[in-house]
Amino acid sequence: MKRFALTGICFLLLAALMAGSTYAASINTSTGWNMPPGVTDVSREVYSLHMTIFWICVAISVVVFGAMFWSLFAYRKSKGAKSAHFHENTTVEVIWTAIPLVILIVMAVPATATLKKMYDTSNAEIDILVTGYQWRWRYEYLGEDVSFFSNMSTPRDQIQGLEEKGDNYLVEVDEPMVVPLGKKVRILLTANDVIHAWWVPDLAVKKDAIPGFINESWFLVNEPGIYRGQCAELCGRDHGFMPIEVKAVPQEEYDAWLASRRDAAVAEAAGADREWTMDELMERGAGVYNTYCAACHQPEGQGLPPVFPALAGVGMSVDPEQRAEHIAMVAYGKTGTAMPAFGDTLSPAEVASVITYERNAWGNDTGDMVQPSEIRDLLGK
Amino acid sequence: MTPETTQSVSQHSVSDVASGHDAHAHGHAPTGLMRWLLTTNHKEIGTLYMLFSLLMLFIGGTMALVIRAELFQPGLQYVQPEFFNQMTTMHGLIMVFGAIMPAFVGLANWMIPLQVGAPDMALPRLNNFSFWLLPVAFTTLLATLFMEGGGPNFGWTFYAPLSTTYAPPSTNFFILSIHLAGISSILGAINIIATILNLRTPGMRLMDMSLFVWTWLITAFLLIAVMPVLAGVVTMMLLDINFGTSFFDAAGGGDPVLFQHLFWFFGHPEVYIMILPAFGIVSLIVPAFARKRLFGYASMVYATASIAILSFVVWAHHMFTVGLPLTAELFFMYSTMLIAVPTGVKVFNWIATLFRGSISFETPMLFSLGFIVMFTIGGLSGVMLAIVPADFQYHDTYFVVAHFHYVLVPGALFAIMAAAYYWMPKWTGHYANETLGKWHFWLSVIGVNLTFFPMHFSGLAGMPRRIPDYALQFADFNMLSSIGGFLFGFSQLIFVWVVIKAVRGGVKAPAKAWEGAEGLEWAVPSPAPLHTFDTPPEFVPERDSPSRHSDH
Repeated sequence: MKRFALTGICFLLLAALMAGSTYAASINTSTGWNMPPGVTDVSREVYSLHMTIFWICVAISVVVFGAMFWSLFAYRKSKGAKSAHFHENTTVEVIWTAIPLVILIVMAVPATATLKKMYDTSNAEIDILVTGYQWRWRYEYLGEDVSFFSNMSTPRDQIQGLEEKGDNYLVEVDEPMVVPLGKKVRILLTANDVIHAWWVPDLAVKKDAIPGFINESWFLVNEPGIYRGQCAELCGRDHGFMPIEVKAVPQEEYDAWLASRRDAAVAEAAGADREWTMDELMERGAGVYNTYCAACHQPEGQGLPPVFPALAGVGMSVDPEQRAEHIAMVAYGKTGTAMPAFGDTLSPAEVASVITYERNAWGNDTGDMVQPSEIRDLLGK
Repeated sequence: MTPETTQSVSQHSVSDVASGHDAHAHGHAPTGLMRWLLTTNHKEIGTLYMLFSLLMLFIGGTMALVIRAELFQPGLQYVQPEFFNQMTTMHGLIMVFGAIMPAFVGLANWMIPLQVGAPDMALPRLNNFSFWLLPVAFTTLLATLFMEGGGPNFGWTFYAPLSTTYAPPSTNFFILSIHLAGISSILGAINIIATILNLRTPGMRLMDMSLFVWTWLITAFLLIAVMPVLAGVVTMMLLDINFGTSFFDAAGGGDPVLFQHLFWFFGHPEVYIMILPAFGIVSLIVPAFARKRLFGYASMVYATASIAILSFVVWAHHMFTVGLPLTAELFFMYSTMLIAVPTGVKVFNWIATLFRGSISFETPMLFSLGFIVMFTIGGLSGVMLAIVPADFQYHDTYFVVAHFHYVLVPGALFAIMAAAYYWMPKWTGHYANETLGKWHFWLSVIGVNLTFFPMHFSGLAGMPRRIPDYALQFADFNMLSSIGGFLFGFSQLIFVWVVIKAVRGGVKAPAKAWEGAEGLEWAVPSPAPLHTFDTPPEFVPERDSPSRHSDH
């Protein structure tokens, strides 16, 4: 009896700890210890399915553990229990094979219905191509001429404990995916390098993004808000640092956002029409480098050899003869490695400035400049 | 053993084999280190396996504590992400292939010959080779941590292309070590099947065997079926990395999802390889301490076989989010749910065995009861994970981490501990210290629940697995898990102390160490002499077998 009491006390202690804990602002509609009900019809259906199965499991536990602990208590040898001699009973065995089967069918019926709904990607009004990169997401609004990277915006100092962590620590991005309210959004998922998984708990969407293949999923949000998620498939070093932010806004706001994205893209492209000074290139390049390059090549360019080569003091970034190779490496990437073709996704100004930065930062001091116009002409943009 | 001797071994042939081996062993037995290096004795090899797995348990456990230390609070404190990923990967590989599997093989080595009345394993020299492959495999694996670029960092499931195109250079050594461990498992399985089918004492039919022997027989077939698939998949990786093939590279016409299908076709039966022998152990210990015959012996055997067969048609439930067609998702959901039926039968049978028994609570029984409760918790969360729409929310979160640790730690590991306490008198001649054993049990129960129960909550609330840092909302649960992890980890040192004490002395055990225990192993003295059953023992059908029933 004392043993059971001890177990009981431990569980109560655990429960008390949980109840008394002080949660930071929840990053989704979760209470902090359960699945979030989410903000779509599908997510609420998934949540109620989860709760139904959960309570069935609780009921099973009560019956099974109840019978077990009662037997342990009632038939203690120390209380003089004498063992019986039965060792099989066909009727009982058939019953306890059949009952679980019935319970499972009861669970399977609603699960099948919900799954069919989740698989129906037809009649979507908006298509967004989601591409996983090591370690960021890229969103391309098909037919809208809008595409951009979405990078984690949590400062490195917060991660290293040098400054206080914000409310949305690790689940905030520089450019969220924006979607209009009340429209069925279909997402098409793929990846540039390794397998990633796009997961937003409040939308009940989790789907793998696989290089060379395209998956699809959908959601329809009716409540305005910011819904946060993370990559759910181990994708290398910074797997824990590629969050997702989906911002649901009214249609007018969405249209205005699309227009502003297009304007920004035009302005960015225009950057290639003028001469940049060294200071301009270095300043822009530092920002681009820290966003896109520092995770692998490290903030001080020391790299993580042998997989991620160093850029400071060695190799093509300090070799005056290899300026062209350096440009090609950044623009076209290196197949079979984590080095993507940034020429496809970044603007000429970004590519030119980051190459300039790499050739002059950390004591590389080659004095080489790469003008955005050179990159534009090279890539034919 | 030739095929002719397969069905029923005559008394003569067994004693010939036994005495032949005996003469060899006594004739020129090496001493010291060479004794252990060259031993062909099933008890010595069993001991080696178990000591090896204990060492691996502590190495893998240390890695788990590195993980839990880093996750104690948000932010990066002790290790960088690349090392963190190596720790999660190595922890999984070492616990699965280095701790749990060899522990069960060690128990099989010690106990199967004793339980079937055989003088040794059927293939003693192969047995020696199977064991000594393991230290080589794991030295190689651990050495990768010190190589340039670090060790494997792509998770114990090593999904391509992260483990091929994007892998560190040490991956070739990882592949070699998987091959060696795989060969060891296959050879061990062949040996176990040969022993069980050929060397049973005359009169012992298959349905007379102990549940531990039965579950191991089925497990051995699973090993032979799936370890070659694992060997195939790592060989394809080797070719992709070094020889320009594109099995898993879409750019060359391959398919990264093919990797997952192959891996989980191995991986799911592998899960049952790690739990079926545990079922067998618990099915021996519960009747022993309830002093009552196991309820439903035959249905236990059939349930084990059903679980084994079903394990081949559920693999894609690990891949519900890869984008399978709807019909495939439904098939794998239904087949996975079906596994709950035979698993339920087992749990019900154990409880029916307890019902109207005469129950006492020695340490082996405590670990077995802990197994039943916490394995069932893991089983129920397994049913939840089978429901595809809900799995989209659970998949690759800490909910999954909680689930598989419940079936592997208070599941498989507790059963191994139960077996160690149960058979300690047979191995050492002394009972394990009961007081220390109970401390070990209760601290383990508290530690394991404190570690893994909160993971259900953090996973449901949205924490992905395999991340070195997390959003602030998950901080409290992670702190609890870390405290529990350290408590559980250090509690295992008690076990080491228990083993050392039992080897050196303690309460002397009679041949039949437990009042309610049944089985041929209790017919030989405690500690079991190096050579037992030189002549096959007379077999009296046990109370656990239906033949006794039909004889009456």
